[in-house]
Amino acid sequence: MPVQYYIFLSIALFCIGVMGVLMRRNAIIIFMCVELMLNAVNLLMVAFSKMWADAGRVDAGSAQIFVFFIMVVAAAEVAVGLAIIVMVYRNSHSVDINIMNRLKN
Amino acid sequence: MGMSLQQIIFGVLSVISLVSALGVVLSKNPVTSVLCLIVTFFTIAGHYIMLNAQFLAVVHIIVYAGAIMVLFLFVIMLMNLNAEIEPQKRSWLKYAGAISGGALLVVLLAALREASVPSLKPESTDIGLIANLGKTLFSQYVVPFEVSSILFLSAMVGAVVIGKKED
Repeated sequence: MPVQYYIFLSIALFCIGVMGVLMRRNAIIIFMCVELMLNAVNLLMVAFSKMWADAGRVDAGSAQIFVFFIMVVAAAEVAVGLAIIVMVYRNSHSVDINIMNRLKN
Repeated sequence: MGMSLQQIIFGVLSVISLVSALGVVLSKNPVTSVLCLIVTFFTIAGHYIMLNAQFLAVVHIIVYAGAIMVLFLFVIMLMNLNAEIEPQKRSWLKYAGAISGGALLVVLLAALREASVPSLKPESTDIGLIANLGKTLFSQYVVPFEVSSILFLSAMVGAVVIGKKED
C-alpha cells in the first residue's frame, strides 16, 4: 500500500484542524482542533516509521519514540491549557477567544 | 483491480476519521465535538495497529481517549456550555477560515502528489512491539525521557497553581 495514502490522510486531517482553529470561537473547540493537528502529524510519523522498517533500517523505531514524546507533551499541554481555560471562564464567564484578545483586566 | 484487505480497512478507517474530524469542527454542541474527536482517535489507533505500532496504539487510546478527552468532557460539563450561548464568528470570517484551510490543503496535496515514496510492504514488522521500543527508549533516549518527566511535573504544578482559587 503506498505511503502516499497516509500522506494524503494526514494532510486532510491537519487541514481540518487548521480550519477548525480559524473558524470557531470556542476556546475548547480550538484546543481540540490543535490536538487533531498533533495526531495528524503522529499518524504520518508512524507511517514513515513503517516505511523505514520495511526498508530494513534498524533505527526505524526512533520515529515511534518521537510520537511517544509528542503524546507526553500533548498531555502536559492539555493539563495547563484546560486550567487556563477554566480560569478564564471563572473570571469572565465565557470561553469566547475574542474576550482573551485583551489580556489586561 | 482487486483491493487487498489492508486497503479496504484503510479506506473504511480513513472515511470514518475524516467524517468525525469534520464533525469536530462543524458540530454546534461542544459535547458532540468531543465525542467525534474520540471516534477520530479510535480510528487513528486502528491505523497505528495497521502500521505495526501496537504499543503506540494502546498508549494512544489510554492517553487520548482515557485521559485527555475525559478531561475535555469534564471541563465542558463543568462549564455547562451548550450551543445556544456559543458566540459565532461573523460569517465572512468563517468563510475566510474555510478558504484558507482549503487553500493549505490544495497546496500541500499538489506539492506532495508527485512525491516518490516507496510502498508499504504488507508483511508485518516487529519495531512497534514494546520490547524493541523499550530498548530504544532506555538506551538512546534516556535523557529526553527524564526531561519529559520534569516537564510533566512542572505541568502538574502549573495546572494546580493556575487553577487554584485566589482568596
